[in-house]
Amino acid sequence: MSAKAICEADGKAILNYHLTRAPVIKPTPLPQQATHNPPAKLATIHFEEHDDVMGVLDAAEATYPFLLVKGSKFVAKPDQLIKRRGKSGLLKLNATWEEAKEWIAARANKVQKVEHVEGALRNFLVEPFVPHAQETEYYININSVREGDWILFYHEGGVDVGDVDAKAEKLLIPVDLSAYPSNDEIAKGLLSKVPKGMHNVLVDFISRLYAVYVDSQFTYLEINPLVAIPNAEKTSAEVHFLDLAAKLDQTAEFECGSKWAIARAPAALGIPVIPSKTDGKVQIDVGPPMEFPAPFGRELSKEEAYIAEMDAKTGASLKLTILNSKGRVWTLVAGGGASVVYSDAIASAGFASELANYGEYSGAPTENQTFNYARTVFDLMLRAPMHPDGKVLFIGGGIANFTNVASTFKGVIRALREVAPLLVEHNVQIWVRRAGPNYQEGLKNIKAVSVELGLNMHVFGPEMHVSGIVPLALIPGKMNSNIREFEG
Amino acid sequence: MAASSLPNGGMTNGVGATPSINGHTENGLTANDNIQRFAAPSRPLTPQPQHTLFHAVQGMLDFDFICKRKTPSVAGIIYTFGGQFVSKMYWGTTETLLNVYETSEKAIAKHPDVDTVVNFASSRSVYQSTMELMEFPQIKCIAIIAEGVPERRAREIAFVARKKGVTIIGPATVGGIKPGAFKIGNTGGMMDNIVASKLYRRGSVGYVSKSGGMSNELNNIIANTTDGVYEGVAIVGGIEEYRVIEAVKNGTITKPIVAWAIGTVASMLKTEVQFGHAGSFANSQLETAAMKNEKMREAGIHVPQTFEELPQLLKQVYDNEVRKGSVKPAPEPAVPKIPMDYSWAQELGLIRKPAAFISTISDDRGQELLYAGIPITDVFQENIGIGGVMSLLWFRRRLPNYAGKFLEMVLMLTADHGPAVSGAMNTIITTRAGKDLISSLVAGLLTIGSRFGGALDGAAEEFTRAFDKGLSPRDFVDIMRKENKLIPGIGHRVKSRNNPDMRVTLVKEYCKKTFPSTKLLDYALAVESVTTSKKDNLILNVDGCVAVCFVDLLRNSGAFSSEEAEQYLDMGVLNGLFVLGRSIGLIAHHLDQKRLRTNLYRHPWDDITYMLPELGKGAPGNEGRVEVDVK
Repeated sequence: MSAKAICEADGKAILNYHLTRAPVIKPTPLPQQATHNPPAKLATIHFEEHDDVMGVLDAAEATYPFLLVKGSKFVAKPDQLIKRRGKSGLLKLNATWEEAKEWIAARANKVQKVEHVEGALRNFLVEPFVPHAQETEYYININSVREGDWILFYHEGGVDVGDVDAKAEKLLIPVDLSAYPSNDEIAKGLLSKVPKGMHNVLVDFISRLYAVYVDSQFTYLEINPLVAIPNAEKTSAEVHFLDLAAKLDQTAEFECGSKWAIARAPAALGIPVIPSKTDGKVQIDVGPPMEFPAPFGRELSKEEAYIAEMDAKTGASLKLTILNSKGRVWTLVAGGGASVVYSDAIASAGFASELANYGEYSGAPTENQTFNYARTVFDLMLRAPMHPDGKVLFIGGGIANFTNVASTFKGVIRALREVAPLLVEHNVQIWVRRAGPNYQEGLKNIKAVSVELGLNMHVFGPEMHVSGIVPLALIPGKMNSNIREFEG
Repeated sequence: MAASSLPNGGMTNGVGATPSINGHTENGLTANDNIQRFAAPSRPLTPQPQHTLFHAVQGMLDFDFICKRKTPSVAGIIYTFGGQFVSKMYWGTTETLLNVYETSEKAIAKHPDVDTVVNFASSRSVYQSTMELMEFPQIKCIAIIAEGVPERRAREIAFVARKKGVTIIGPATVGGIKPGAFKIGNTGGMMDNIVASKLYRRGSVGYVSKSGGMSNELNNIIANTTDGVYEGVAIVGGIEEYRVIEAVKNGTITKPIVAWAIGTVASMLKTEVQFGHAGSFANSQLETAAMKNEKMREAGIHVPQTFEELPQLLKQVYDNEVRKGSVKPAPEPAVPKIPMDYSWAQELGLIRKPAAFISTISDDRGQELLYAGIPITDVFQENIGIGGVMSLLWFRRRLPNYAGKFLEMVLMLTADHGPAVSGAMNTIITTRAGKDLISSLVAGLLTIGSRFGGALDGAAEEFTRAFDKGLSPRDFVDIMRKENKLIPGIGHRVKSRNNPDMRVTLVKEYCKKTFPSTKLLDYALAVESVTTSKKDNLILNVDGCVAVCFVDLLRNSGAFSSEEAEQYLDMGVLNGLFVLGRSIGLIAHHLDQKRLRTNLYRHPWDDITYMLPELGKGAPGNEGRVEVDVK
C-alpha cells in the first residue's frame, strides 16, 4: 500500500517549507509572500525504550533553542498517529517549557490506552502555543480519490467540529489540473459560510496549500483547527496549522524524496548544526529521508524488525506481522494474494482470535532467505505456550509463476529439521499446499522429510484449492478419506 | 482485492478493465493480436542484453506457438537502450527474429497495424513513456506492468486514456490471457502451468482478478470445474466491483457472474494490518471486502460464503449454463507438446552436457566469492595477505604462513629495478607515446623472457638438475665451464662478497630461519663459494637466491608432492612471480611518466650508427667490417 501516514511534525515541516515554494496551479488572489517562511518551530522529542527521560529532554533544549526563549508558552503532545488526542487527555496546552517537560516526563515510554489500542508513548511534539479567537478556527481536508482530489472546508474548526463528511462544503479538483477552479469558484464552492472579507485570504491559502499537496504528492491532508488571523487590511493572514494529519504516496519517493527531505533538514527546522556532532554520514538528499511510522500500538517486535530489515535488503518480498503471539494458528504463505486468502479462510473458520501471524514471502527469495524467514516464524510459534489441542501451521501458497518450488522448499525443510523435536512436542499439525514450477519435487521432498522426522503433516498440490486446506485443518469433519493427499 | 469470474458464452464485455481484447476476425485472431511491448528501463548504464522483457516476450511467443498461431503475436520490441536491431527468439523449437526499435516513433511507423503495447518500463519511467505512446492515435490499448507507480501519475494516465479512448490495463498488472489467441506479459507463468490449466485452447469463462498471484489459481479453478478460460485479465485497484454491480443492475451485463472479494479477515482483526497489496486510496467502508461481497450478492451476483467454496459454486453455475444450452463445451484437442527450456531442464536435473570450460580455483556463483573453496570473508578474517591469496589461487591450497610471507617477499624484491632495465624502458617509451596504462604495462611485460627477468627460471632449472644428479658443487661449476655456459643466478655487476647485495642477505636469512629445509639454497651457496674463489663478484645473485629458495619451498614445505613440485616449475610459476612483482614497478613507471607529463621520446640520431648497404659494394652483410664506436 503506498499511501502512508506521516508524523504531524513532518507534515507541518513540509507545509511550512513548501507553502511559499510550490508552484501554484492558477494565479491566486494575493501576491506571493516577499520572503519564505522562517524555520518551523517543531521540537520532535523521541525516546527509546531504556532512555534516560530527563537526559533526552535536556538534549532537546540544545537542539531546539526556541524552547528556552523566556516567556514562551507551548503545546506538547504525542506524535504517533493517534487520533483524537484531546479527548484522550494527550494534549498539554499553554504550558511553559518546564511544565511541558514535566508533562512529557510523566508519559514518556509509558504504555497508554487510546480507545481500544495500547501502545507506549515514545515520540512527542512540542511547538509554540498560539493564542487565538474561536472565530479564526477553520477545518480543511484534502483527500485523493480516483476522480480527483476533494477539498473539504468548514467555517468552524476544533475538536468538536463533528461530522465534517456531512456538513463541510466540498469541491472536487479534477485530475486534469488545467480545469482547476477559478478563485471565484473556490470561494463559491467552499466559503459560502465565511464572511466575504476573509475570502481573498482563504482562497489564497487554500490554493497554495493545494499546490503543496500536489507538489509533494500527499494523498490525504487534514488540518483541524486551521487558524487564520488576517491583518487589518485583510491582504494577508497569519496562518497556523494547530493539528494536522497527513499521508504521503510512498511510491512517489523518486519524484518527491528531495522535497520531503529538504523541508525537514536542520536548516528548515532552525536546528543549529554543530559540526563535531554530525556523524559524517552522507545522505542522499539535503535532509533526512522520510520516515513512515508504524500505527500507534504496532511497534515492531524484534522478529518483525528482523524480517523488515531482510525485506529492505533484497529484491524479494518478506513480510511478517504478529497478530497474537499466543495464537494457535500460524502461517507460512508464499505470495501476497495467497496470504490474504489464507487469513480470510482462517477467520471465516472461526479462528480469527487464534490467528497468530500475517505474512508472506515472494519474489523469488533465496534458499537462505526462505530458511531465515521460516525459522523466525517457527521460533515464534514454538515459543508460544503449548496448547492442549496443539497448534496448526499452514505452509501454503498459490501456483507460482516462475519460482522453482523445490528450491524455495529447501529453505523451509532446513528450518523444519532444526525444530523437528519441538514440533512434535508442541503437537503441531502441518498442512502444506503449494503448486507451480517443479512443485512435484518440492512436495515430494517435504513429504519425505515429514516421514523421516515423524511430523504430523498433510501435503497437497494444485488439485487442492489454494486455501482449501484451511477448513480441512480447522473445521472438524471436513477432512475425510475421500480427500486425496499428494503422492510423490 | 477481489477475484471474480464471469462465465459466458463467447464474449466478455463491459466489465472493469477487460474490454477491447475482443472483436473476432474469421481466423480466430483478433484485431488486437499485434501486441508490442515497450521498455524504457530506468538504469542509465549497462544495457542488459537479457532484460526481463526479452524473457517475457519469449513466454508470449511460446504461448502463441502452443495456441497454434501461424504468426507471433508480438510485432516488435521497443528497447530504448537499443544496440541491436533484431532479437533472436524461439518459435517452438526453431528460431525466429524479432525487430528491436530504439524509439516508439520508429516502431510505430514500421508497424501501422499494431494497436496494443505492453509497457515494461519501471515505475519511474512508465508515466513518461505511456503518455508518449498515447500520442500515437493507432495505439488503443496499453498494459502497464510496473508496480509502485505514484497514484497521481496513474490517475493522470487513466484520465488521458479515457479522453483518447485508450484502454489501460494496470498499472501493476501481471497481464492478461486469451486462450487460443495470445497472452500479455508473464501471465500464466511457466508453460507447465499453462498446459495444466488448458490455456492453449478456448473455454467459456472470462475472469478479472485483482491479484496477479491469484490469476493462476483462477486459471486452475476454472480449468478444473468448467470447460476452461475464455479470457482473463489481472488488474489492481479500488472499487471496480461497484461498477460491475452497476453494469449488472442496468442490464449491460446479462451473463451470470461468480465473484469473491478477498480480504474479509480485515474486519475481524483487532489490529490494523497492512496487507500485501491493496489500492492505496483505501480509507472508506466501500472498500472493505465484506461490504463488496454483500453488495455483489444483493445485485444477484453469485457470491460464495467463503473463497474455498467458489469452485463448487462456479461448477454449479457453469453446469446450469450447459444445461440451458448457452454454453456448449467443445471437444478436447490433443495436448500440445511444449519444448522445454534448456536452463530449466538443467535445473530439474533432466539433462546434462559436457562443459566447454572447466575451472578449479574460484567460484563467483554462490552467495560469496570463493577462492579455492574459501569464502572471501574468511580470506580477510584470517588475514592471509597477498601471499595467502596467491597460494589459494596458484596452488589451490593454504600454504603455511611462512610460505605466504616468502611469496610476498619475492614480490616486494622484484617490484622494481630502476628505470634503466629494458622492461621499464619499454614501458616508459610507450607511456611517452601517449598510450594508456595497459598498453604501457604490457609493452614492459612483453620484454620479460630468457634474457630479461628469465634468470629465475634458468637458475632453478640448472641448480636443481645439478643437485638431483648428485654433482658436487665443484663438478657443477667445472662442467658448466667446459660447456661454455654461464651459471644463471650467479654473478653481479657491482656487488661482491665484500659488498653483499642486501636483498640476497634478506632472503637467505629469512629462509634459513623459517623453512623446514634449505637443501638447494645450501647447495647454491656452496657453488657460490667455488665461483667467488675465482672472481669476487661471482656471487649468488638475487635471482638465483629466490629461485633456489622457491624450489626448497616447493620440495620441502610438505604441501606439495615431489611430482607437483616439478610440474609447477615446468609450468613457469617462477616467471609468474617475476611478472606479478615487476608489474608493480612497471605501473609505477607509467604513472610517473604521466605525472611528469613527459613528451614523445625520440632517440637522438647521434646515438645510432647508420650503416646502409651500398649498391655495388658486395652483398648485404659483406660490405666490410663495421666499426661501432662505443662511448
